[in-house]
Formats: sequence, structure tokens, C-alpha cells
Amino acid sequence: MWPLILRDIRLALRSGGGFVLTLAFFLIVIMIVPFGVGADLGLLSRIAPGILWIGALLSCLLSLDRIFQLDWEDGTLEALATSPIPLSGIATAKATAHWLTTGLPITLASLPLGYLLNLNHNSYFLLLTSLAIGTPALSFIGTFGAALTVGVKRGGLLLSLLILPLYIPTLMLGAQSMSVGTNNPIELLALIAAISFMCIALLPFACAIALRANLK
Amino acid sequence: MLLKIKNLDCRRGNKLIIANVSFNLKSGECLILKGPNGSGKTTLLRYIAGLSTNNLLNDNIAYSGHLDGVKSTLTVQENLKFWSGIYNTNNMANVIKTLKLNDFQNRIAGELSAGQKRRLGLARMLITNAKIWLMDEPTVSLDKTTTTLISEIITQHCKEGGAAIISTHVNLNLPSSKVLDISEFKPEIDKEFDPFLEGVF
Amino acid sequence: MSLWEYANPAKFMTLSARILPALAITSSCLLLIGLLWGFFFTPADYKQGSTVKIIFLHVPTALMAINAWLMMLVASLIWLIRRHHVSALAAKAAAPIGITMTLIAIATGAIWGKPMWGTYWAWDPRLTSFMILLVFYFGYLALWEAIEDKDTAADLTSILCIVGSVFALLSRYAVNFWSQGLHQGASLSLDKEQHVDNAFYFPLLVCIAGMVLLFVTLVLIRTRTEIRLRRLLTLRLRNS
Repeated sequence: MWPLILRDIRLALRSGGGFVLTLAFFLIVIMIVPFGVGADLGLLSRIAPGILWIGALLSCLLSLDRIFQLDWEDGTLEALATSPIPLSGIATAKATAHWLTTGLPITLASLPLGYLLNLNHNSYFLLLTSLAIGTPALSFIGTFGAALTVGVKRGGLLLSLLILPLYIPTLMLGAQSMSVGTNNPIELLALIAAISFMCIALLPFACAIALRANLK
Repeated sequence: MLLKIKNLDCRRGNKLIIANVSFNLKSGECLILKGPNGSGKTTLLRYIAGLSTNNLLNDNIAYSGHLDGVKSTLTVQENLKFWSGIYNTNNMANVIKTLKLNDFQNRIAGELSAGQKRRLGLARMLITNAKIWLMDEPTVSLDKTTTTLISEIITQHCKEGGAAIISTHVNLNLPSSKVLDISEFKPEIDKEFDPFLEGVF
Repeated sequence: MSLWEYANPAKFMTLSARILPALAITSSCLLLIGLLWGFFFTPADYKQGSTVKIIFLHVPTALMAINAWLMMLVASLIWLIRRHHVSALAAKAAAPIGITMTLIAIATGAIWGKPMWGTYWAWDPRLTSFMILLVFYFGYLALWEAIEDKDTAADLTSILCIVGSVFALLSRYAVNFWSQGLHQGASLSLDKEQHVDNAFYFPLLVCIAGMVLLFVTLVLIRTRTEIRLRRLLTLRLRNS
């Protein structure tokens, strides 16, 4: 599985600037929030957790439809499907590569962006942790959506419609864990971790079913 | 005996394309699939490759379809090194030599010509070390030199104990090759079963 | 074993043709009786006046909104495991009905909410869950429409339904954490109002029964249409 992860990272870095584009998008989304809601620091501070998480979500969405699409178009997906690696392994590898090139950079970039939104000082650690634990779920759910829509031309919009509802639990818990009024963020972090683990463990099999249906 | 197919029915969607196909594939044999377009050659190849069913017939299979299976933003060497890693083999240097790709090793695959890309795709087949090769029209739109090279490589593969099932319209001059005409297995109209057409009024 | 026989489209068509008239009449009667009884022949609640009577429409549709998804889940599992086409088409047929039920539930909830709590909408756990369910339905139908090959579409939408069910359940409980955090005790849970006395209880049961049968009737009708459409498609492909 490692060759596939490394190959996908190399491909992501080589075409379209890789994670730089994702980070630029994250920055732009965060930047336009004050333009939309006003620069009142108190307000920004209150909505910062949610905005950061939503920005992370949307930035993850960007690169999702390419996960399988490019391989589908040049025949590599079929070649991989006939290789010793099972389809679920392929899905896991691609989701991992996606997280390494999207989820991880987003997690790290969230810190300075949180400062732009006047995030409460005590929340930085929770911001980092909740994103670090929650973005794997986003990558794996996104990979599932990509597996569903790989055969659809211009399936990006459909992909977003399918997986944004699936992102809701992670988003709710993630933003909530960072909010000022929360008494026990550790409990919420544990729940986020549970969702992520469930996604990592089970979704690859769902991906395999979807890929097999599309390859027929 | 590498592969035994008995009374196989192949469907595209719900429609029965070929019925009751049977053949055996021995080591060293080349099976040529002939038949008009749409008769089911691709369907049969994909079935044996394990793409259209849930169970793999045989582990020792390499499949080459209409597309090359080449990443155009990676170099030739990076492409092949990747497949070496997947299949856990280390014959890359030999393969590059056999397919005469030495001069292009560090060239980005997107800059190769169609023939060179096809050779790169074929290199993948060699790297897999698989016994059975399934090839869907491997020489379409290739010039005579490349076609001869591909024939030689297939012949060598069969000589070394492998086997191949190839669908092609071109005479590839392969020794020890049997021909299977797929159009002979076209199902009769009333034998086709589609659950939605039962009791059509 | 005998139930699986009706997975055959032709047999399904004959059976459904036979039971459909009776089903339609029964469900209409039950609904009519239940609604009329509930709206006109029950005393007004001393606390809420007459608006609470929307409960006779709200509760059945809310129940069916969720049950429709559950039925789709079961049908999807049957398709994935046993490849019965009728099952896949039944799931597809049920989705728009589920959407309608959800929309009616949300709308009747809003109509009930305005005089009760002063607002048409509140982001409390239960209402929010319904909104999320609605979006799941849309996604499911969108996927059906986007895929050309119908069997592939059936496979993909089935696995989406299964994964979606898990996440819908997750959402249902995550909402509690979310809501408690932001709103302190502003839970407009409709559970509190479920303490209905006998006068409401029986007409409510009749309405629920009628709605269930209505759902079955509509699903059967739509499944029959889907089967006919598939037949048409198959014939067209065959003759081309």
C-alpha cells in the first residue's frame, strides 16, 4: 500500500501546486468572513471555531473529486483493480494520501488563520487537536464520495451534495469542542476520534463496493 | 493448466452477451479472440481479469485494456518503480531494456508518443511477473515496428511458460496460438433472460 | 421463501395490481376518519387551544419520514445481497415519498411552533435531525439521477443509503451535544407535548395507521411505474 500512498503524494505535489492551492483556498475562505459579517472582534471570536471548521471542510472538498477521477481516465484505476492490492486497500491508501496532502496542512495552517479571526487564546490547542483528529474522517468520507461519483462527468457538485451531510457529525463535535462555553472538550474529542476511527476502519469497504460497481 | 473456463455466461448490464463459453489455457499458449466489434471480447477479458465480478478467477493475471495505464505527470522510471513496488518485483532494469525504453527513462510520460506510451503500458505487464496476460487490442494504431516488438515480447513470454489471451484484429504472427471466435457464442434471442421483460404485454 | 417470489418483476406486478385498490381505499378511509375525528371531534387542549390538533398530521408524517428511510435501508441491503431488482426500484420509489413526508413534517412543525413557542423554526435536536434527513434524501435521489447504467446506480445508491443511515444516526446524537452547548435549556423538544390524553390517543393511532398504509400504497404505485420505465428502457436498448 505504501507505494500507492507515496505515488499519490508525488502526483498531488506535481500537478496544480498540490497542497498550496488547498491552503490558499482555506486562507481565502477565512479572509472573506470578516468582509461578510463585519470586523467586530468580539463577534469573530465567537464564530471563529465554526468558521475554521467550515473552512477546513470546504478546503478538503476541493481536491476530493480528483482522488479516483484521474486514475479512472488514464486506465490506472483498472490496472490497480487487477493488482494484488484489494480495492479497500486502494481506497485506504488514497484516503491516507489525501489526508497527508490536505487534512494535515489544513490542520497546521489553522493556527495562524485562527489568529486572524481572533480565536480565544485557550482554544488554540483544541483547534489543533480537534482538526488533527477530525480531518482523517473528512478524508475517508470524502474518498467514499469520490468512489461513488468517479464515473460521473463533472461530479464535483454531486460529490459535495453527497458528503457534506456526512460531514455534519464531525463538524458539530469539532466546532463545539473549541467553543468557549464547553465544559468537557475531552469528551467531545473522544467522540470525534471514535467517528474518525470508525470511518478509517469501515468506509474503505464501502468504497470497495462503490468502486466495484463503477468498474463493471 | 493455467486457466479453465467452462460454460461461462457473460453479461453486459442485464444483457447476455456470450453464452456457454468453454476453453482451456495451457502454459505457453496464446489464445486469440476474434469477432466483430461488440461481440463480447472486451466483456470476456474483463470478466477473466476480475473487473466485472466479485471473485477473482486466478491470482496470476495482468490486464491491459484500451487505455495505457500510464500516469502522464510521472517519468517512465517513476511509473515503473511504482508498479514494481505494488507487485513486489525487481526486474525493472531488464524490462526497460526489453522494451527499448532506456532513452526515455527520465522523460515525463506525457511527452511520449503513442507507441512509446503503449510500450510503457506493456512494461507494466512484464513487471507484474504474472503468468497470464489479458490484452485488449494491444496494437491498435501502432506502427509496424512497435507491433513487431510487441509480438516478440508476447512470444517470449509464452516461451518462458506464460500464456496470453489477446483480442485483436491484426495478425500478430504468434506461434502456438489458438483462435476463439466469440461470435460463435452469441446467445439465441429467446435464451436471453432479462427479468424485466418477462410477461411483457 | 415464498415472499422472495415477488422479487420477480412480473409476479410483483400481478400481486401489486391485485392488492392496490384495497390498500388505497383502506388507507384513504383510515386517514379521512382519523383526521376528521382528530380535527373536529376532539376537545381543544386547555393549554394549547386548537393548534395542537396539527399533531394528527405532524406525528404520522414525521414517523413515516424516518420509516421511509428505514425501508430504503432494508431494500438497499436486499439489493446488495440478493440482487432483486424490484427491491432496488422500491427503494428508489420510496425516496420522493420520504422527502414529501419530511417536508410536511417540517412544515406542520413550523405551523405548530409559531403559536406555541413564537417561532416557525428552532435549531433544536429533533427539528435539526429532520433537516439533515431531508438533505440525505436529496443526495440519494441526486445519485440515482446522475448515473446512466441503472444497475450501477442501484449499487451505488444502496451503499450510500447504508453509509448514510450510520451517519444519520450519528447526527441524531451529535446534535444533542451541539445543541446543549449553544442553547442553555432552550430545548423545544416535542416529547413534552406527547403526553396526550385518551381523547387524542385513538384518532392519532388511526392517523398513523392510515399514513403507514398510504405510504405502502404510494410506494407500490411508484415501484410499478419504475418497473414499467425499466421495461421500456430495456426494450429500447434491445431494439437499437
